[in-house]
Amino acid sequence: MSNVPLLQVKNLHTSFITDAGEVKAVNGISYNLDRGKVLGIVGESGSGKSVSAYSVMRILTDTGRVTQGEVLFNGEDILKYTPQQMQSFRGSRISMIFQDPMTCLNPVFTVGSQLREAIRIHTDRTKEQINARALEMLQLVGVNEPEKRLRQYPHELSGGMRQRVMIAMALACEPDILIADEPTTALDVTIQAQILELMQNLQKKMGMAIIMITHDLGVIADICDEIIVMYAGKVCERGTADEIFYNPRHEYTKGLIRSIPRVTEKHEKLVPIAGSPVDLLNLPKGCAFASRCECAMKICLTEQPEETWVNDSHIAACWNNVKRMYEESKGGEAR
Amino acid sequence: MDNAARSQKEKQLIAACIISLVIFAAGWLTLPILSAKILLAVVLLLIAGTLFFSNDTGRYVCKRILLALITVLIIAAITFFSMNAIPGGPFSKEKAPSAAVQAVLEERFHLNEPLGTQFLLYLEGLMQGNFCISTKTGREISTTIFESFAISAKLGGYAALIAIVLGLCFGSIAALNRAKTADRVIIFFTTLFVAVPSFIMATLLLLVFCLKLGWFPIFSTSNQSYVLPVIALMLSPMSYITRLTKTSMLDVLGQDYIRTARAKGVKQSLVIFKHALKNALIPVITYVGPMMAYILTGSMVVETVFTTGGLGTKFVQGISNRDYPMIMGTTIFLATLMVTMTLISDLIYKVVDPRINFD
Ligand SMILES: Nc1ncnc2c1ncn2[C@@H]1O[C@H](COP(=O)(O)OP(=O)(O)OP(=O)(O)O)[C@@H](O)[C@H]1O
Ligand SMILES: [Mg+2]
Repeated sequence: MSNVPLLQVKNLHTSFITDAGEVKAVNGISYNLDRGKVLGIVGESGSGKSVSAYSVMRILTDTGRVTQGEVLFNGEDILKYTPQQMQSFRGSRISMIFQDPMTCLNPVFTVGSQLREAIRIHTDRTKEQINARALEMLQLVGVNEPEKRLRQYPHELSGGMRQRVMIAMALACEPDILIADEPTTALDVTIQAQILELMQNLQKKMGMAIIMITHDLGVIADICDEIIVMYAGKVCERGTADEIFYNPRHEYTKGLIRSIPRVTEKHEKLVPIAGSPVDLLNLPKGCAFASRCECAMKICLTEQPEETWVNDSHIAACWNNVKRMYEESKGGEAR
Repeated sequence: MDNAARSQKEKQLIAACIISLVIFAAGWLTLPILSAKILLAVVLLLIAGTLFFSNDTGRYVCKRILLALITVLIIAAITFFSMNAIPGGPFSKEKAPSAAVQAVLEERFHLNEPLGTQFLLYLEGLMQGNFCISTKTGREISTTIFESFAISAKLGGYAALIAIVLGLCFGSIAALNRAKTADRVIIFFTTLFVAVPSFIMATLLLLVFCLKLGWFPIFSTSNQSYVLPVIALMLSPMSYITRLTKTSMLDVLGQDYIRTARAKGVKQSLVIFKHALKNALIPVITYVGPMMAYILTGSMVVETVFTTGGLGTKFVQGISNRDYPMIMGTTIFLATLMVTMTLISDLIYKVVDPRINFD
């Protein structure tokens, strides 16, 4: 293996052309993902998590465009792929599962036919082999009575079952990367835990890398190697799970952490982040979070904070962090 | 537990068999005519099917056929009795035959029997494909119906086929080119065709392409002469299907499962023609049953304009001639046809949309 990361996203910008104007959903995000690692993307609703994932898969709707940036898979820019190349790439190298398993399977085809299709597209196996593989995948994701399930239609399965089927479909061709877009948000809590555990187990077995998208920092705390916190289509903070949780530098991240319910401190009140999300049609000149930030300074309103290294496994884009680091370094000199 | 339930069910089955056999035997002995006995047997079999078919579809089909039979029977009764309630009979003309001749004729056609018996006799005739004879022409009505239906079926069949195929194509094209020129052109014309009533369209077509330009002949048996009436018949349903397909296609293309299909790496053409179209078809199929009805009844106007001699023409003629057996015959025939169409479209609906639950 060379030392090129499996997936490199560089300065990705995505916009939607709408009647009201250009909706800038993703505004320059960058990250690397290494083979077999788990990357978490966290942010509140509307922060551009899904859109950034769709941009990587190139499954944006007609009105969406990647306006800038590169997506390198093993060093090759997949944004330059032809539609044909992209078809054979999707599902075989990068797969994706989605938020709402109730609506993500086609209601008029059987589970089996959808699963077999996913396998057939990317391999030249015989009918029997495809069938066997479909069965094997259902067993692998823990679907009971797999033979029967193959013949059933999606509406005959529960939500958790359907998400398992989605996972089976996504992993059938052993992709290098699985993008999971809020895979548990629509499920109830016990099922959520089961699905997360299943994904972890499968990751150990099959060794793919995972991009885990969620708006709930608590969900991904222990499964991610690295976490990206997004706001208004930008990366606020990026670092290892420990760094993000125990050494948050961006005011938005701090807010997110305060809003996680904790089992241990029962009497502590949950603190929601005040204010409403930023208008993506007219992004502010300075930091997008400034209007909701308790510690906003003058510079926050006029200039965009740059991504600064806190240490070699932690980046934050916040003027308060810059100030703090500056003071720390001065304090260090003074001592 | 499971065994107990099964033996319970077996007991029910045996009981039902015995009961239906008894009803059947009693009916066989008491009912006066053979076809009524056969009808009874069929109905009993269907009821048995409704109760004891193990899969939903079988049960549903039995139930629907049963309901269809009952519907047709009721329609036949309503038509028969209302036709008889209208004052005047076959002999009330200016030049009525003598009383003796009337008596002989009444005897021959059972007109002297009570109305109930007449109805049973009529039903018996129907079951043997005998629709009585026309009081106007004296021909067998069944022959007239089948001859003219051949023409109507050909017209309606082509019109329906073309309307469905073109409607689906144009609708998909409009949806895939939303707000572009192709979409605008298609929507303009389909709005126009939905708005213009078929008799105006038919008259215009006849006037321009047949009489003025002479491109197509006056209606005859030649295939060419079918072109104009087929166009007149299919324009409005085609436009409707186009618009329906467009809306439902747009709706389906925005659904999550389409994104799933693309994320799987399915080819764009297959995403549209397999994953999207099959879903987009569902509302269209619900329309196709009534559309057949439209084509068959709408055809009365179009057929009259083009004087095709189809079933529609005969029906209208029957009414203006006060040819009661003719009206009855065509009404019952059309009703049967309609019920069958609806049944078929409902069954197709089930094939396309597995979520439909029959019970
Ligand atoms: N097709 C579209 N047309 C216009 N704007 C869009 C479109 N899709 C997404 N957006 C906008 O892009 C922004 C980011 O959306 P995105 O779906 O990525 O949010 P998210 O972070 O995934 O939120 P959630 O947690 O609700 O899934 C939103 O403000 C949304 O309004
Ligand atoms: Mg999302």
